[in-house]
Amino acid sequence: MKLSDLTSQAGEWLRGSGPMSEVVISSRVRLARNVKGYPFLTCASRAQRRELENRIRDTILDAELAPQTLYVDLEQASDVDRELLVERHLISKHQAAAEGARGVAIGQDENLSIMVNEEDHLRLQVLRSGLQLDEAWEQINHVDDVLEEELEFAYHNRFGYLTACPTNIGTGIRVSVMLHLPALKLTGEIEKVFRAAKDMKLAVRGLYGEGTEATGDFYQISNQTTLGKDESEILDDFKHHVIPRIIDFEHHARRTLRGERAVALDDKVFRALGVLKSARLLSSDETLFLLSHLRMGVHLGRVKDVEIKTLNELVLMTQPAHLQKLMGKKLDGDERKAARAEFIRHKLGAI
Amino acid sequence: MSSESPCNGCNKPKTVHVTEIKNGKKLEKHLCKDCPMVNEGMAAKSHQPINELLSNFVLAHSGVAKQQQSKTCGACGMTWGKFKQSGLLGCESDYALYEEELSPLLKRAHEGATHHVGKVPARRGSEGAVRKKRVSINRLRKDLARAVEEEDYEAAARLRDQIKTAEGVEK
Repeated sequence: MKLSDLTSQAGEWLRGSGPMSEVVISSRVRLARNVKGYPFLTCASRAQRRELENRIRDTILDAELAPQTLYVDLEQASDVDRELLVERHLISKHQAAAEGARGVAIGQDENLSIMVNEEDHLRLQVLRSGLQLDEAWEQINHVDDVLEEELEFAYHNRFGYLTACPTNIGTGIRVSVMLHLPALKLTGEIEKVFRAAKDMKLAVRGLYGEGTEATGDFYQISNQTTLGKDESEILDDFKHHVIPRIIDFEHHARRTLRGERAVALDDKVFRALGVLKSARLLSSDETLFLLSHLRMGVHLGRVKDVEIKTLNELVLMTQPAHLQKLMGKKLDGDERKAARAEFIRHKLGAI
Repeated sequence: MSSESPCNGCNKPKTVHVTEIKNGKKLEKHLCKDCPMVNEGMAAKSHQPINELLSNFVLAHSGVAKQQQSKTCGACGMTWGKFKQSGLLGCESDYALYEEELSPLLKRAHEGATHHVGKVPARRGSEGAVRKKRVSINRLRKDLARAVEEEDYEAAARLRDQIKTAEGVEK
């Protein structure tokens, strides 16, 4: 598999096929691990960093964790390629911007990605479409077991798996669920979700994780506590308490909108469709905002001839690096707006 | 004011525009980005970087900070002062060296927890079994609390027996 093979379609996890996909875009489980006997990356020398990358890369590739695993050397990769991987949620912004030897291993369907030399030596992540936390955990736990046979991870009796930042120690697990909550936004109840999440020590972030704003009503909810709770307890909280309640809340808000404010709702949905089908210049923020309303309209049965899969793909492929890859050239801001609008019109079958 | 006029503070081209409300009066300043006047009287930054938050927190909550400043990790050279700045430790030995200083920080970050429960590397076989037992007792206790809360006394009685059995085995 080559990096360029990724550009033309969305990863399996973004195809909108998983359970509860009308509200849950994707489920993700991430584990942070460090190799025993090496300093954390803050204190590693260039040579140690290089040695770590070689050793971890070889272990991953030898383990054949996923068919046709692609390894990308991020030190050598171009800026656009790194940005492309960030847009696809396969690496973090932090890792794209870092310096020195580092890379990422990607499974063919993009469900699995292993960042090498991020903040920790290894950041393993599994992504799944819709609400599939158990499946994500099973896969990542297996990957962790396989790697652990070859690499001894830094572990402490009291503190569990050791990480560079003390906020990740213990299980080193981060469970996050990406949600689409347009109705709660429109009814002004989204603040209640934020407050409840805060009370439960959960973080709410935007589409691209740490340090990003929520655009287009897409929110990532993730755990912050990693010490003193085991993995299944953290997953159970999400599966049985947090996520089902937010889903119910969003469904309730959607029903209220459809029942009591049907015309106003249709106005939002069909305005979004109209602009997306006719605009000649679209910024990425406006695009996400419009796609969000259209996505809700499709799920409520107001718009019949657009597929969710198409909308999920548009969320991804209208990002700057994807547009430039698709057009095969570097584009400045205004050129991107024009290319974005044209691409969307084409995908939605307009003129 | 025309856009060509220079910085009010030091006469360089201005790129920063500050509006302040002082004693009910609106004041506008047009400054260059390097001007020391930029930060004067401005509201505090709303987005404080996480490492700053962390270091402020450590300063406020760690009474031991002062006398520990001279300690340096023999393996990676990390000092408590460096950790306070970056929020990142240098190597696994730091956790043992700074265990005392880290404890209040960890409790705060992890809802009061002090010990790991959960997955144990397979190469630490027997230790994992003991830990798993502790985890399952913790789980049973939580289920018991929930059963009592939901007034499901049949389940509560069953769980209480299970906890007794599990604790008996552990001793």
